Amino acid sequence: MKLYCLSGHPTLPCNVLKFKSTTVMLDCGLDMTSTLNFLPLPLVQSPRLSNLPGWSLKDGNAFLDKTELIDLSTVDVILISNYHCMMALPYITEHTGFTGTVYATEPTVQIGRLLMEELVNFIERVPKAQSASLWKNKDIQRLLPSPLKDAVEVSTWRRCYTMQEVNSALSKIQLVGYSQKIELFGAVQVTPLSSGYALGSSNWIIQSHYEKVSYVSGSSLLTTHPQPMDQASLKNSDVLILTGLTQIPTANPDGMVGEFCSNLALTVRNGGNVLVPCYPSGVIYDLLECLYQYIDSAGLSSIPFYFISPVANSSLEFSQIFAEWLCHNKQTKVYLPEPPFPHAELIQTNKLKHYPSIHGDFSNDFRQPCVVFTGHPSLRFGDVVHFMELWGKSSLNTVIFTEPDFSYLEALAPYQPLAMKCIYCPIDTRLNFIQVSKLLKEVQPLHVVCPEQYTQPPPAQSHRMDLMIDCQPPAMSYRRAEVLALPFKRRYEKIEIMPELADSLVPMEIKPGVSLATVSAVLHTKDNKHVLQPPPRPAQPTGGKKRKRASDDIPDCKVLKPLLSGSIPVDQFVQTLEKHGFSDIKVEDTAKGHIVLLQEAETLIQIEEDSTHIICDNDEMLRVRLRDLVLKFLQKF
Amino acid sequence: MPEIRVTPLGAGQDVGRSCILVSIAGKNVMLDCGMHMGFSDDRRFPDFSYITRSGRLTDFLDCVIISHFHLDHCGALPYFSEMVGYDGPIYMTQPTQAICPILLEDYRKIAVDKKGEANFFTSQMIKDCMKKVVAVHLHQTVQVDDELEIKAYYAGHVLGAAMFQIKVGSESVVYTGDYNMTPDRHLGAAWIDKCRPNLLITESTYATTIRDSKRCRERDFLKKVLIPVFALGRAQELCILLETFWERMDLKAPIYFSTGLTEKANHYYKLFIPWTNQKIRKTFVQRNMFEFKHIKAFDRAFADSPGPMVVFATPGMLHAGQSLQIFRKWAGNEKNMVIMPGYCVQGTVGHKILSGQRKLEMEGRQVLEVKMQVEYMSFSAHADAKGIMQLVGQAEPENVLLVHGEAKKMEFLKQKIEQEFRVSCYMPANGETVTLPTSPSIPVGVSLGLLKREMAQGLLPDAKKPRLLHGTLIMKDSNFRLVSSEQALKELGLAEHQLRFTCRVHLHDTRKEQETAVRVYSHLKSVLKDHCVQHLPDGSVTVESILIQAAAHSEDPGTKVLLVSWTYQDEELGSYLTSLLKKGLPQAS
Repeated sequence: MKLYCLSGHPTLPCNVLKFKSTTVMLDCGLDMTSTLNFLPLPLVQSPRLSNLPGWSLKDGNAFLDKTELIDLSTVDVILISNYHCMMALPYITEHTGFTGTVYATEPTVQIGRLLMEELVNFIERVPKAQSASLWKNKDIQRLLPSPLKDAVEVSTWRRCYTMQEVNSALSKIQLVGYSQKIELFGAVQVTPLSSGYALGSSNWIIQSHYEKVSYVSGSSLLTTHPQPMDQASLKNSDVLILTGLTQIPTANPDGMVGEFCSNLALTVRNGGNVLVPCYPSGVIYDLLECLYQYIDSAGLSSIPFYFISPVANSSLEFSQIFAEWLCHNKQTKVYLPEPPFPHAELIQTNKLKHYPSIHGDFSNDFRQPCVVFTGHPSLRFGDVVHFMELWGKSSLNTVIFTEPDFSYLEALAPYQPLAMKCIYCPIDTRLNFIQVSKLLKEVQPLHVVCPEQYTQPPPAQSHRMDLMIDCQPPAMSYRRAEVLALPFKRRYEKIEIMPELADSLVPMEIKPGVSLATVSAVLHTKDNKHVLQPPPRPAQPTGGKKRKRASDDIPDCKVLKPLLSGSIPVDQFVQTLEKHGFSDIKVEDTAKGHIVLLQEAETLIQIEEDSTHIICDNDEMLRVRLRDLVLKFLQKF
Repeated sequence: MPEIRVTPLGAGQDVGRSCILVSIAGKNVMLDCGMHMGFSDDRRFPDFSYITRSGRLTDFLDCVIISHFHLDHCGALPYFSEMVGYDGPIYMTQPTQAICPILLEDYRKIAVDKKGEANFFTSQMIKDCMKKVVAVHLHQTVQVDDELEIKAYYAGHVLGAAMFQIKVGSESVVYTGDYNMTPDRHLGAAWIDKCRPNLLITESTYATTIRDSKRCRERDFLKKVLIPVFALGRAQELCILLETFWERMDLKAPIYFSTGLTEKANHYYKLFIPWTNQKIRKTFVQRNMFEFKHIKAFDRAFADSPGPMVVFATPGMLHAGQSLQIFRKWAGNEKNMVIMPGYCVQGTVGHKILSGQRKLEMEGRQVLEVKMQVEYMSFSAHADAKGIMQLVGQAEPENVLLVHGEAKKMEFLKQKIEQEFRVSCYMPANGETVTLPTSPSIPVGVSLGLLKREMAQGLLPDAKKPRLLHGTLIMKDSNFRLVSSEQALKELGLAEHQLRFTCRVHLHDTRKEQETAVRVYSHLKSVLKDHCVQHLPDGSVTVESILIQAAAHSEDPGTKVLLVSWTYQDEELGSYLTSLLKKGLPQAS
């Protein structure tokens, strides 16, 4: 069993597990931090941005992808754990010769589609006049200014995919439900479990009858909107692969939400606007719910909230129909029947409005001061670029960062100098290290495998020994482009004994509670399932008409005979011989045992503790008689 | 002998009061818990005393499964759990869980408030009963206990309708509930994988019907009038149908819906979009199909207003409530029409008029003469004969059992299934038990070393011959392992006892021993082409692990003695060699 680690990003993992002749890819996250190396894509030509000195407008949007550690066309299945971890899917399904199946839950697919749609839309609506790729050449890259000079693997940076590729990739997904058992080639069973992090987010169990691997990716124990995490099913794992922990281990999400609300209220009360760069699904539902409870008490009921994204409407609508994937409180709402999320009411009362983009209706309805939720959190593309340009010069306005994926300082760099206030309230509900160690104590895996980042304190806080995984035995760590041999050996495999064969078995009790039966059966293996059937009856010799060839008589030496065990008590053996008509028996003692002489038959039987040797003339009848008498005293295995 | 036993308490050669007991590998499961529309006495509920006369139901039943929210499948549930007494788990899908209590409450109101029945279940009992419900997601494997697991499949009959697989070890039963194999305007088609159950229990409402295309039926249908429906299920389908038709043809005649329940019902449909068909799921963001423009709420006074109109009224079999009231009002006019879109059970007014009765005896000895046109159009989302055959083909069961249909029609379908699929088909009446012996195989763990050794040999060119796997099964408590004999001996701390034979074969040969050995070698080499025959430096000859040595005879110099020695494990070859050598060696040429 081997693990090929294709991504070094701990929250956007991409690993390939080889297990019992199946090749399973676990997630395919897309690390978009490389976009921070590019200039923002403004909707309106910006004289400021285009006149920046130096290396202006590079070839649009490139993303870090994976190395060729493994031939991706050999991947049998891809398991997706949540919609953030499937963003690289089109690169794999469309460009590597991949012919397998992708498994994901329905919310993951639907919301993943929305995220991809938004991304493609953001990129495609600002087509580039020119694109450069020569700079990726190693010799030229060397001459570029930092940090481009130091960027690793720029050759793997890719252009953004198209909607056509997205649709084709998504058509290869098969929908699954939590706790559904999916058979892969009869050899391995995979099962998604609720992970509590996002709508439809899952951890995966990959198991055979005797081995179990748990893949934990992006899990949360906090009570937000998704169904709670299923921890019990992770128990008894041989190996637990742990990825997707919180990126901000020092921030408490609840505190951050409080800070978010109070900063928002403060800015608006002072007549400023609030910009929230965000993804179109996920934490935004929780933020809207908090605001729903907060705005009246904070006296903000007249302030318009705008949600601008090509997929804003779809995201809000989809969130209401996945009741089965929501936490208990929200599920029970559906029984009333009421929409599970309160943003339905915000929309109905016109407090929350959504628009596909800043074009069209939005420009008519736009009132300030207001709160705008829009993407992309990297501040490099999407409508957020426009609002940064529009509001950046006024100190009344505030931009509040809630998404933890990008360094907010780097994201802001191209907009400097900025007058607007910047608040950093990263909300990451994924497991922190305290929760992880509790979880590991609870489910007790034999081995833990995790990205190397989790086995040491964060570089910026090297004294915080509590910000790393602490478990026994120590976790095995991996880094990008490494291949790990997972530490367990398969010993057993399931086999089915047909009832007819089972009936014919004769168990004998060897020790109290332990019985044995020797089995001679025909092994049938089909679709990786093994079945034992009764041996065929020996074929009747077919008449004498056909001339036998000599070779027909030669026995198949591979017919197996049982092993023997036990010892032969000489006195009883001699008695038995006498009973069966042998006379003139003489017994001699030797150093290790006895020799029984049948003088009449010129036969000699050496009996020792662990062996018996019959030496006789070539008299098959006699030999077989003696054999049967000896076997009476021995056990067969 | 392990067996599967099935006893219908309801829906055995009948439609209504679905309730089927299944015993599989020592587990007892009750499938559905319905009421009968045709009765209002004791017979409306299944006879639960059949399950156990003395003990508590909870001790006897491992779980109850409800296939969908129709009352003939869940109507007796509060009576069963709260009045008879059952505290175990009740499994159903989430939409069923949401809608079922509303229909039960509706049913209770009609029975208690309108008909004045005493000793009926109360609203509180419905609530308490629903607390015992565990929601099941599609395709989720629910572990009822360590051995019993159930899994739901999409059935397409109404929102949230499911088929259930009940599985213990390698034995399994599939219960279809009601299902539809053709997608309609708001639901998808039932689907199941090739799960090869020991038994498939299928509904057979339309056992003999093969429905034609829906298009033509739709056109006939669109004239006017009263359509008795149940609040949830077909009602939504017909609403979508009329809505789109009105829009396309720009019709102005009003369409009314008779109960407030339906508006609420439509809300459920909006929230459970993932349970509807592909098209609705794809387009719901742009337009939610369950927001109707042309369909308005009905007021009692409208019934007397002139002019054409279409009224959907509940309940669907004209056995009570508003549909019956409107029917009585309109029955006298031959220009009016009643369209029965679904199946009606015996005893209901719906069934009577469909069977051609034109004079109906109503309460208080009144006789109602029916002059209005009566039309029957199957919009019922049940599988027809073709659909049932299709599902049997999909699941590949070993046996089929028919419920939820009429005996005569079942008989026909039974023959068809037995002919086409060559499997046994049963159709027990209520209270009649079908017993199927099963022969489950026994799963054990085989040591990988042993298995790989065997499989490697299986890959040899002459693998056509069945190959024998030899090993030892170690049974310790309930842990069964198959290992190689060597390993079994080692694990148990036993030593191997070697049994060896040495036979003396006398040969007439005057040459030296060494030369005899060479002759033996070349002879065996030529006969035993498939075996490894070797001539060792010390002068002995081996065939596989069998050792042959030539020695001089102590008395007769013209005779040589061949000592052939082998172990018990090589007995066949050893004994063959001795007899071969006994025949003598061919003369050296």
